[in-house]
Amino acid sequence: MMDKEIVISVKGLTKKFGNFTAVDHISLEVHRGEIFGFLGANGAGKTTAMRMLCGLSFPTSGSGMVSGYDIISQAEEIKCHIGYMSQKFSLYENLTVWENLNLFATIYGMNSKTIKEKTDVAFKTLGMENVQNVLVKEIPLGWKQKLAFTAATLHSPDVVFLDEPTGGVDPSTRRKFWEMIYRASSEGMTVFVTTHYLDEAEYCNRVSIMVDGHIKALDSPARLKQQYHAKTMDEVFRIVAKDAKRSD
Amino acid sequence: MKNMIDIQGLTKRYGKLVALDHVNLSVSEGCMFGLIGPDGAGKTTLYQILTTLLSPNEGSAVVAGLDVVKDYKKLRTEIGYMPEKFSLYPDLTVDENLHFFASLFGVDVKDNFDLIAPIFDQLKKFPNRLAGALSGGMKQKLALGCALIHRPRVLLLDEPTTGVDAVSRSEFWNMLATLKEKGITILVSTSYMDEAERCDCIALINKGKILDINTPGKLIENTDKNLYNASSKDMYPLLEALRTLPDIKDCYTFGATLHIVTNDSFNPDNTISQLRQRGLKDVNIWPANGNIEDLFIKLAKNDG
Amino acid sequence: MSIFQSLIKKEILHLLRDFRTIIVVLVIPVVLLLLFGFAISTEVNNVRVAAVVEQHTNETRHILEQFRTNTYFTFKGIIPFDEIENILRKGDADAVVIFRSELGELKHQIIVDASNTNMAQTSTAYLESVISSATGIPVVTNTLYNPQLKSAYNFVPGIMGMIFILICAMMTSVSIVSEKETGTMNLLLVSPVRPWTIILGKLIPYFLLSCIILTLMLILSYTVLGIPFSFSVINVIWITILYVILALALGLFISTIASTQVSALLVSGVMFMIPVVLLSGMIFPVENMPLVLQWFSCIIPARWYISAMRVLMIQQLPIKYVLTEVVVLSVMTMIVLVLAIKKFNAKK
Repeated sequence: MMDKEIVISVKGLTKKFGNFTAVDHISLEVHRGEIFGFLGANGAGKTTAMRMLCGLSFPTSGSGMVSGYDIISQAEEIKCHIGYMSQKFSLYENLTVWENLNLFATIYGMNSKTIKEKTDVAFKTLGMENVQNVLVKEIPLGWKQKLAFTAATLHSPDVVFLDEPTGGVDPSTRRKFWEMIYRASSEGMTVFVTTHYLDEAEYCNRVSIMVDGHIKALDSPARLKQQYHAKTMDEVFRIVAKDAKRSD
Repeated sequence: MKNMIDIQGLTKRYGKLVALDHVNLSVSEGCMFGLIGPDGAGKTTLYQILTTLLSPNEGSAVVAGLDVVKDYKKLRTEIGYMPEKFSLYPDLTVDENLHFFASLFGVDVKDNFDLIAPIFDQLKKFPNRLAGALSGGMKQKLALGCALIHRPRVLLLDEPTTGVDAVSRSEFWNMLATLKEKGITILVSTSYMDEAERCDCIALINKGKILDINTPGKLIENTDKNLYNASSKDMYPLLEALRTLPDIKDCYTFGATLHIVTNDSFNPDNTISQLRQRGLKDVNIWPANGNIEDLFIKLAKNDG
Repeated sequence: MSIFQSLIKKEILHLLRDFRTIIVVLVIPVVLLLLFGFAISTEVNNVRVAAVVEQHTNETRHILEQFRTNTYFTFKGIIPFDEIENILRKGDADAVVIFRSELGELKHQIIVDASNTNMAQTSTAYLESVISSATGIPVVTNTLYNPQLKSAYNFVPGIMGMIFILICAMMTSVSIVSEKETGTMNLLLVSPVRPWTIILGKLIPYFLLSCIILTLMLILSYTVLGIPFSFSVINVIWITILYVILALALGLFISTIASTQVSALLVSGVMFMIPVVLLSGMIFPVENMPLVLQWFSCIIPARWYISAMRVLMIQQLPIKYVLTEVVVLSVMTMIVLVLAIKKFNAKK
């Protein structure tokens, strides 16, 4: 893995809101095609850190590169090379499945021919050919989730950021969703994902655990389990995060 | 031991959709009973009937010896309910919420504080914080406290830990265990399989039907014997290749490995060599122990 | 399709699929206009009048004849003096006129039910004018600009002032905030779309909607309500467009401070709708307000807009009479637009 190209690299990234340090000098590197799990308790600073990587917010100090662009001076370029899926599977409820995909594809500057080709393939793999013209508010949650992921990855970004992409979804649906993540990763896409479900941490190539704004642990799930003499990632997390002071 | 919850032939329809289809279920007193099922299985409808918020179309449900339709007024003082969504007043403080819910049931917070004291261990440090400003785990604890303030005999929890981090979840379940020791019957639904294993008894529910009821141990015993782990550096191609092979009934992602459900004629070594021919060189296959999750996947699959 | 087009298309689809809103938005202006124009007119028809006559003369006969034939009155007959209180109390008549002769000269007294002051004043005025014209001392009242004294006229500018705030400020802010709530705003912000494009993509559909409504209202005003048509309509249109832009900027500004749809509705409702109705001169003339409120009304955009519309639509005066209003509206637009964009662009 070490010989691979580095897609995300962050050094001493810090974000302060007044006296409160939400993210405190975090450093990490993520390689191309890697599935990176960004774990942490509620309020540990995950969302704030992720927003900085997506160019939605500027760090107070520290530096970072995403897909070869600087997160401070080239935020707009970064936006062209990443995909983002929010924890609410945000899509336009009043638009149809196809209209949603088409809208996001156009926003990412794809022309109508490429959009047609890509969406045709996507609908086929999702088995959603028959619901193209159904309003998004009428499809089940699990489909919305897959659709939101497709919308975030249709433009083949270098990195896709997934903010708790499986919240409130049942195990069998979550499993199918991870298959989509595997596929994306096998196509060379880097996946940066936050989750509350620690069994899902096992799907990741490497994970980091954030506690009170710091990264307290960073390694592959297998090595972390070894290091903390734990059987599951759940145990690892409990050991690492047990001293957390902050909770929001 | 008598039954705290007794459900017979319970059916609820919304127009054409059958949310609950002749459900039979009984929960004995002091039991921690888990309700496991995918989204849209009918769990929330069941909770709404048990909490007297909905009336069933057919069948009967008796909770704490009281019928949910006939004795609904009396029943409401016997149950504590925590809905799926955080349902406290975010603009009231911790204390104000607690006192408000106590006053709804005509009880004094002091009278029953012993019951919720362990839950409030952390919360009592900031009684004047607004409920909306609490973290996910804290909110959950406050909601549990409010559901318990009138000392109910039955606690009905609808996915209480969704969206809560692992540490808070584990604390929450420790509290439930304490409550159970105090004799409170708990019916809890969850989508976390590790939580399911902490229940005394589990009902698997899908599409409005109960698929199986048993202890977690018994359920796991009944999982497929022909279950294997498979792993490789490139998981996705492996998954795709395995699905095309004969002898393999199902294959799905399972944490760091793939789980494969096979026929009796399956031979790991043959499969590995078949995969090698397809260019997958570093495949490992070894037997796996099934758990609730495997069972759940099997049941959900059999049902379409 | 360009990014911009697809953003606008998306917004239009939203509007079209939200059937109830679009109906409300198109129907409310029309209903309000017709309601104020006809039903809630301050004109008084059918004043029920009774008379007490001491002694019939030619004059009294002539006046009573007027009461019988004039469409503004319904004559309830001649009653004895001690019936007056009874007939008014029962509500069988709105006014009673007492005629008595003194030294050969006809004197009259009007007793009117003033439980509705507006109606009482108007009916007294009607009665006075009928009686005085009959007695040969006509009162000459000359009304300018609104010769038929149609109250519908007065309401048109007020309703326009209100509707555009409603549609532009309220609907834009609610639609932007709802995207914040569903999280789709974040998706747009992490995409390569510039914030400017997102803003315009939001504002232009509502601008177009406002133009449709403006056309609808102008057609109604100049036809059904019968406001005299003149070339000042060009001025009406461009000043309205200026006002619409101001209202859109206000909506954008509200959306940057509100985080939920409910708060956006409350802010736009409380901060803009209520002052528009109360302080803009739509119902109560600004000139009659206490000085402090008059000053306060100066910061309400609708006050300036409505005053300009009065001058242009009803008085039909040329543009130079509304220069102050136009300047104030333009300055307000600039300030709000700059503030809103600054606030929208601010990174957290």
